Amino acid sequence: MFFANISLGSVAIPITEVFKSLFHLSVENTAWNFIIQDYRLPKALTAVMVGSGLSVCGLLMQTLFRNPLAGPFVLGVSSGASLGVALLIMGAAGFGGILGTALLGTWSLVIAAGLGSFLVMLAVLAVTVRVKDTMAILIIGLMFGSVTAAIVGVLAYFSPAEQLQQYIFWSFGSLGNNSWEGMLVLFICFIAGLSMSIFTIKPLNALLLGENYAKSQGLNIAKSRLIILIATCILAGAVTAFAGPIAFIGLAVPHITRQIFTTASHHILIPAVTLSGAIIMLICDSIAQIPFTDYTLPINAITSLVGAPVVIWLLVRKRKLLF
Amino acid sequence: MPNQQDITLQTKNLSIGYFHKNGNHIVAKNINFFSNKSELIGLVGSNGIGKSTLLRTLCKVQNALSGEIFINNQNLKSYTYETLAETLSVVLTETPASKNMTVAELVALGRQPYTNWLGTITENDKTHITQALEATEMMSFKDRKCYELSDGQLQRALIARALAQDTPIIILDEPTTHLDLYHRASILKLLKNLTKTTGKTILFSTHEIDLAIQLCDKMLVMTPEECYFGDPCQLIEAGHFSKLFPKNLIDFDVEVGRFKIIN
Repeated sequence: MFFANISLGSVAIPITEVFKSLFHLSVENTAWNFIIQDYRLPKALTAVMVGSGLSVCGLLMQTLFRNPLAGPFVLGVSSGASLGVALLIMGAAGFGGILGTALLGTWSLVIAAGLGSFLVMLAVLAVTVRVKDTMAILIIGLMFGSVTAAIVGVLAYFSPAEQLQQYIFWSFGSLGNNSWEGMLVLFICFIAGLSMSIFTIKPLNALLLGENYAKSQGLNIAKSRLIILIATCILAGAVTAFAGPIAFIGLAVPHITRQIFTTASHHILIPAVTLSGAIIMLICDSIAQIPFTDYTLPINAITSLVGAPVVIWLLVRKRKLLF
Repeated sequence: MPNQQDITLQTKNLSIGYFHKNGNHIVAKNINFFSNKSELIGLVGSNGIGKSTLLRTLCKVQNALSGEIFINNQNLKSYTYETLAETLSVVLTETPASKNMTVAELVALGRQPYTNWLGTITENDKTHITQALEATEMMSFKDRKCYELSDGQLQRALIARALAQDTPIIILDEPTTHLDLYHRASILKLLKNLTKTTGKTILFSTHEIDLAIQLCDKMLVMTPEECYFGDPCQLIEAGHFSKLFPKNLIDFDVEVGRFKIIN
């Protein structure tokens, strides 16, 4: 899948040439070599990390909140990142001139998105300490999402067209605009988040019983919850910062994986979700390229187009989403 | 008074309730009881009398207002959640949050206090899991998903999980709700057998006063005025069961040992 993804695009490159380029063998066409090494390879790697990261994020949240609807997009983490970016892009217009352009480096975009999602996550976390009912937490998360969307709307209303367009493009989501330096930052966050989630396997399995049972088995709930939330925050924040708010992957992939593996045990689910998240994201990205044409669709549209019917199909077939 | 060494669970002048800024809300006070190994203890009382509050206090989910709780002759305050998990296991009224796991997986979760950071199941853990499944007669259901089980089977699976936790004390909050008479009796009989075969102390709250009188070694009767503790026959003779409920509708018949509707 990974190599097929690299091979496909507006310029179709034979898969044998892809392998040659990747292993530094001589490639006849230097343009192909350039496309593969500086565009397609980073994009495919980003797709893998984005897909896995968001899916693991969704899995952690679904178990933590004991709700099959939980996911980074639903709980307002992605909207938090959007707000951060919106404030940066459209707020920069307010500063005007040199300061505005200085603020708009790629790094500041990442930091703004990360901060935004972190703040929303912190707010949700603060609420979870006070509110015990997980359904209420979910609704509060949705409310945070609405509020941030509204603020973004207000900002957009007062922003000049140029900044507005820049923000809209970011919100479409993109896997392709990532430099090798950006990849490194994403990779560090991805590995950090993923290794933290390995430490949450045992607490997550205990939480399948419910918080009271988990506590009676000697689990430190507050500590586990904090680790899980920090892991989701790192993963969702980094991914959203680099690839934009990508819908449905975090929600749908854990459900698809549970259907395939028919288990709730996180020993199996964490690696399985990591893998299937990457595969599904690569498929979505390949579709977004519309092979053999010059068009590239926004990735966010594709994940929604693929994700929503899958969730509907699962619900119709099973009539109940188990987690 | 039996040998102090054999006492597994004991309370001294225990008051339970909730802490408030302006005056604590006392649910029940002067609770004194003790239990030995291999004893089945029934906790009865009307709705809202504080049975669940008492059980939560014993499990360290909430703190006692005053008085002391001793588990294996050690003050409950000296236990951490980790050490308590190896001494006391629970079966709550709530069902597992996720029912998308097999009975074997559910029971295996009971081994968590003993497993490593990843929760790896060792051969020793497997022996405990098998024993727990056999003791509760759930062996043939071990590969069933929890959502496929009946209420009675799920209750047995949850008891098996508590058994796998391998603790000298098990506390159950109303294990017989939602069950028909046959399954209520079979669950309580199972608990009775477990105390005899494993030497565990089992404390459970119930509304099945008739069944509890027949099966329990000791009973704790919570009435609005006082809490009485003793073996069922003594409690009947002292007339404590008739203090459980208001006397306008039902009364306890000391002769036959059960409640009757007043005509």
